[in-house]
Amino acid sequence: VFSIKSYSALNLYSCSLKNEDLKEMLESNKESLKLEAMKRIVGLIAKGKNASELFPAVVKNVASKNIELKKLVYVYLVRYAEEQQDLALLSISTFQRALKDPNQLIRASALRVLSSIRVPIIVPIMMLAIKEAATDLSPYVRKTAAHAIQKLYSLDPEQKEHLIEVIDKLLKDKSTLVAGSVVMAFEEVCPDRIDLIHKNYRKLCNLLVDVEEWGQVVIITMLTRYARTQFLSPWREDALFDENSEKAFYDSDVEKEKADSKPYMMDPDHRLLLRNTKPLLQSRNTAVVMAVAQLYWHLAPKQEVSIVTKSLVRLLRSHREVQYIVLQNIATMSIQRKGMFEPFLKSFYVRSTDATHIKTLKLEILTNLATEANISTILREFQTYVKSQDKQFAATTIQAIGRCATNISEITDTCLNGLVLLLSNRDETVVAECVVVIKKLLQTQPSQHSDIIKHMAKLLDNITVPMARASILWLIGEYCERVPKIAPDVLRKVAKSFTSEEDIVKLQTLNLAAKLYLTNSKQTKLLTQYILNLGKYDQNYDIRDRTRFLRQLIVPNEKSGALSKYAKRILLASKPAPVLESAFKDRDRFQLGTLSHTLNAKASGYLELSDWPTVAPDQSVRNVEVMEPQSLERQPSTRGSDLFAYHLLVLLCSDSDDAKEKKRPKPKLDSVSSHSKASSSSDNTASSGSESEEDTDSDSEPEQKKKKKLRTALCEFQAAPSIRVSSPVFVPPKSHELLHRMSGKGLAVSYHFPRQPCAYSHRMVSVQLTLTNGRDQPLEDICVGEAGPPGIAIHRFATIERLQPEASITVSMGIDFNDSTQAANFQLCTKTDQFSVSIQPAVGELLMPVTMTEQDFLKEQGQLTGMNESSVTITIAPDSMSSQPVGRKVVSVANMGVVPSSQNSIHRFAAKTVSSGSLVLSSVVLQEASTAKLVVNTEKTVLGSVLLRELKTALSQG
Amino acid sequence: MIHSLFLVNSSGDIFLEKHWKSVVSRSVCDYFFEAQERASEPENVPPVIPTPHHYLISVLRHRIYFVAVIQSEVPPLFVIEFLHRVVDTFQDYFGVCTEAAIKDNVVVVYELLEEMLDNGFPLATESNILKELIKPPTILRTVVNTITGSTNVGEQLPTGQLSVVPWRRTGVKYTNNEAYFDVVEEIDAIIDKSGSTITAEIQGVIDACVKLSGMPDLTLSFMNPRLLDDVSFHPCVRFKRWEAERILSFIPPDGNFRLLSYHVSSQNLVAIPVYVKHNITFREGSSQGRFELTLGPKQTMGKAVESVLVSSQLPRGVLNVNLNPSQGTYTFDPVTKLLSWDVGKINPQKLPSLKGSMSLQAGASKPDENPTINIQFKIQQMAISGLKVNRLDMYGEKYKPFKGIKYMTKAGKVPEGRRDEAALP
Repeated sequence: VFSIKSYSALNLYSCSLKNEDLKEMLESNKESLKLEAMKRIVGLIAKGKNASELFPAVVKNVASKNIELKKLVYVYLVRYAEEQQDLALLSISTFQRALKDPNQLIRASALRVLSSIRVPIIVPIMMLAIKEAATDLSPYVRKTAAHAIQKLYSLDPEQKEHLIEVIDKLLKDKSTLVAGSVVMAFEEVCPDRIDLIHKNYRKLCNLLVDVEEWGQVVIITMLTRYARTQFLSPWREDALFDENSEKAFYDSDVEKEKADSKPYMMDPDHRLLLRNTKPLLQSRNTAVVMAVAQLYWHLAPKQEVSIVTKSLVRLLRSHREVQYIVLQNIATMSIQRKGMFEPFLKSFYVRSTDATHIKTLKLEILTNLATEANISTILREFQTYVKSQDKQFAATTIQAIGRCATNISEITDTCLNGLVLLLSNRDETVVAECVVVIKKLLQTQPSQHSDIIKHMAKLLDNITVPMARASILWLIGEYCERVPKIAPDVLRKVAKSFTSEEDIVKLQTLNLAAKLYLTNSKQTKLLTQYILNLGKYDQNYDIRDRTRFLRQLIVPNEKSGALSKYAKRILLASKPAPVLESAFKDRDRFQLGTLSHTLNAKASGYLELSDWPTVAPDQSVRNVEVMEPQSLERQPSTRGSDLFAYHLLVLLCSDSDDAKEKKRPKPKLDSVSSHSKASSSSDNTASSGSESEEDTDSDSEPEQKKKKKLRTALCEFQAAPSIRVSSPVFVPPKSHELLHRMSGKGLAVSYHFPRQPCAYSHRMVSVQLTLTNGRDQPLEDICVGEAGPPGIAIHRFATIERLQPEASITVSMGIDFNDSTQAANFQLCTKTDQFSVSIQPAVGELLMPVTMTEQDFLKEQGQLTGMNESSVTITIAPDSMSSQPVGRKVVSVANMGVVPSSQNSIHRFAAKTVSSGSLVLSSVVLQEASTAKLVVNTEKTVLGSVLLRELKTALSQG
Repeated sequence: MIHSLFLVNSSGDIFLEKHWKSVVSRSVCDYFFEAQERASEPENVPPVIPTPHHYLISVLRHRIYFVAVIQSEVPPLFVIEFLHRVVDTFQDYFGVCTEAAIKDNVVVVYELLEEMLDNGFPLATESNILKELIKPPTILRTVVNTITGSTNVGEQLPTGQLSVVPWRRTGVKYTNNEAYFDVVEEIDAIIDKSGSTITAEIQGVIDACVKLSGMPDLTLSFMNPRLLDDVSFHPCVRFKRWEAERILSFIPPDGNFRLLSYHVSSQNLVAIPVYVKHNITFREGSSQGRFELTLGPKQTMGKAVESVLVSSQLPRGVLNVNLNPSQGTYTFDPVTKLLSWDVGKINPQKLPSLKGSMSLQAGASKPDENPTINIQFKIQQMAISGLKVNRLDMYGEKYKPFKGIKYMTKAGKVPEGRRDEAALP
């Protein structure tokens, strides 16, 4: 055994053992052997080898205690489950169990694998698991749920409607961890449901800077599309698109504003998006920078777009592939807006080490940027490129020169002369390209260029590149009247070589012959006849066709009707000069930065950017009722790192919880829920309780039991715990003073309980502190110092570096009060002082509301009797006899959830304690004569009696 | 988003594949191989290749193509950035990112790829988080694992200590607390035949190696922050603080990371620290050419110019060269016509030179292009832009860390003497 082990570890990749051996290793009872086997199997998968026949042996290890082994089994499972659907079902119950694990990482990874197994039969299980996970307390699990949405959608598109519900729910999530993933799911599943975004728009804008970088890209792209449907165009009609005329626009701004009767007002939400994305231009992630750049391009007022220039130019220093994409986008932008990139002209100079596609793109941009002012610099640069050893690149440069020459008429002559000089270049590719470009240039102004045409006629003897020969022939034919002596001679030469020419050259020979026949038939009649005869028997259809056509046209006979009269006007009509255009013209019909833009073709799944609406859609759709006056997201965090931080931290903290939970008896809630699960599922399958127990432990189940097992698994799943944490009922927050201005030397601090699940740890109560600087100097380095007593854990807020005079800031803390009303004492430090403060929690704030059915409530209550029950009969204020006031009063004192009640006179409330998760139930039974019986059931007896007292006070008051 | 990943080596073999959704047959790479064949140089393979049913987006690093298979619209930079992040992670884990290293660590590679994407969407890309999930292999651990059968995966799920920042590992403990910052500047310049500068710009980075216990909060300030024209930050840097005070305030990740990249505005005059004198002539009709090249330092504030490497792509007509270096060694590849001269350190008293003759193809005409000359070099203890770190302060922890700052200037991608003519001013 040892020898196998050491051998394999040394050379895992290349050594291959027989499948039989691997099976044996997997079936051994040594963890290390199993692990070794799995490592080899993963090696096989990585190489693309088929390892599917090991499936039965591998899947047995899915519930292994060894984490690495388990992970490798997951890798295997996800890879092969699709092929081995029946066997894959064996693993499902393990994941279902893990979905309820107290450790959030285990829950998340179970959901990840469960949703990655592409087995259609488990769609209902996946759906339930996603719904469940979407309401999980841990944002990390909710993030995983968002990913799972897309997986389920691609497995079974019919689930779309249900999935949209989950997406809608998750879009409301305030966690930065979830935002990117759920928007991704939105884009995949229902990108047209813009209405789901309205209410979340501002939140997404505000969260953006704190979302992880990949999520930022997705959100920015989505918001760009959203904004184009919801806001009016900031590009005023009088603001011209071409920036070259923008200067004029600025100069006449004053008059224009007077004349404008209805000035354009930017929607504040539109501004919010622009403002909140701008800092992301400084991101190290090139995709984020590009996303912001395209957002500005498509959404910002014209004069603001140029703020992205510098960042885009910065990206050119990144990897070659990044350069490629960025240059493409700059090429598109630079056509419309030279001014944006002109100051950075030199950044687009070609370097000899650039890859060919980079060079080409840089040329493209330099050409786009050419103006009368900078053309001399650019041409000088181009001259160097023409001499490059990369001849293909030199040829491309010549095309670029041609484009500059047509775009800027002042330099046409200079360019033409330069190109003629290049005709003597030794490289044929260069010369050929010159000929082609000269041909195009001459067409634009042929008047005084017979010299050049003569020169080119001479070249024909040496040039072999077909395109160049064809161009020369065309030129001579077109301007044959300017070179009357040379033209027939050229025709003579090509007539000789006609049979050995390429097709394009043959076609132009025919053209030349026809044109000469019409203008100079005396000298060329015979030659033309000869060539036409050659063409008639050519192998190529096109040439035969052209020959027949030309003969009918130019040689009049009885059959060639009226047309031949116009032959000369047809063949020698003045032709419009070709327009030399950039390949990137109009490419911004695709959203910049997309794959479609890069390919210049619609990629599958591309989402169109709509035109601006002509009439502004209703702005109020984005209004949200503000629930808490100081929501966590608004808090002016420093680059928001803290905010982002705590979500991850929740992710990382679970282990310590595990450890603690092992020491203490299993939380009451869990046992309760499993109990209720068992009893309710017994309605469906008589013996499911015991059977599912058995399932989970046995690994080698006989085949025939499999289906049954799945069914049981399904039932077990549907009977999921009925007690869920619900969102708190809204009550106006009560603020308490923590530190008075006088005793705090100017620093005043108040706190309140926002009643939100604490993000730092699910055992903590979240507390929000509002710090106000009442001094006339800024306060620095405010932080939490030493804390106590020992039983109470505090999550400190991040140090506030600076608090300006009169300014206030809200920060959040988490405190684990350990389910007692003992005060948390800690020191609040500034740079110069320390203040001891304490937070005394009201008992009602140590709770977290839960919902359950009335039935469950009664069942739970029935178990919490005797010691665990305290009750009192109270006289109730008369106005409280109806249901609403009772509910309001209870909820204002204690953070409990309302349990639906079938009787009007009984009100029930449920919660669990934040720290240990013990159930707290309370009921108010209204009796005659303004009396009521108030009952509190909980195993936390001290807490129960304090709560009873507080509720009593609250309900007795008018 | 990202469907599958194939790693292809320079000889066109797929040596690793990973799928995040349904398996895509490796035959999809045939389109890539076609493009690879068409490309004259490995670098010329287009980064985005459309195929009938998929799109291939690839990056080339360390002579390995990382080919991602995409099925529908996605920002190409998103994929490219991610692939580079994968390469960086491998490099971080294995020291090098080569085919051999990847094959040797195939299980770790697979575990990493599994954590980095979920359903093709990035999940954990921060090195500090990954390292908690999957421990990087070390020689010692490999040996121990072999004997005891223990694992690379964190024994516990990521440890319980609460980290306040996602990019920082928790529970960091060092006996020696140290923080090193390297200010590395690169000059990118094009110089014409007459020795005048066509473009020159300076880009810099500050790379940090921070090994501090606990949760330190650092601030770093500059003497002359105005020099920085355009910056991009590691996510840990507090953007607002920079905006307001031009101070870098951050809780660092543990270990090596790039804190800042910057660009020094081109308005500032950039002094090129070396000069080249050269004379490369070909005579018409002769099969011999002359080659002379001398290097010298310029404006280096007394610092030595080191690790100088000169390379030049000679014209195709050159058959061989017979040169005599005053120091260092030179090589000439008769196939690629690449001449490279490893100069070493420039001694201002005795300037290095490379002189001799070139033999040309008999009967071939005089090459009409003039070779460009590329120069690589390093200068220690100097940031050519003049950027200076003022101070580094630490808050949040009580110990006294050891702090170090190093400056270095080097030639960028191509500080190139583009000589159009052989004649010298």
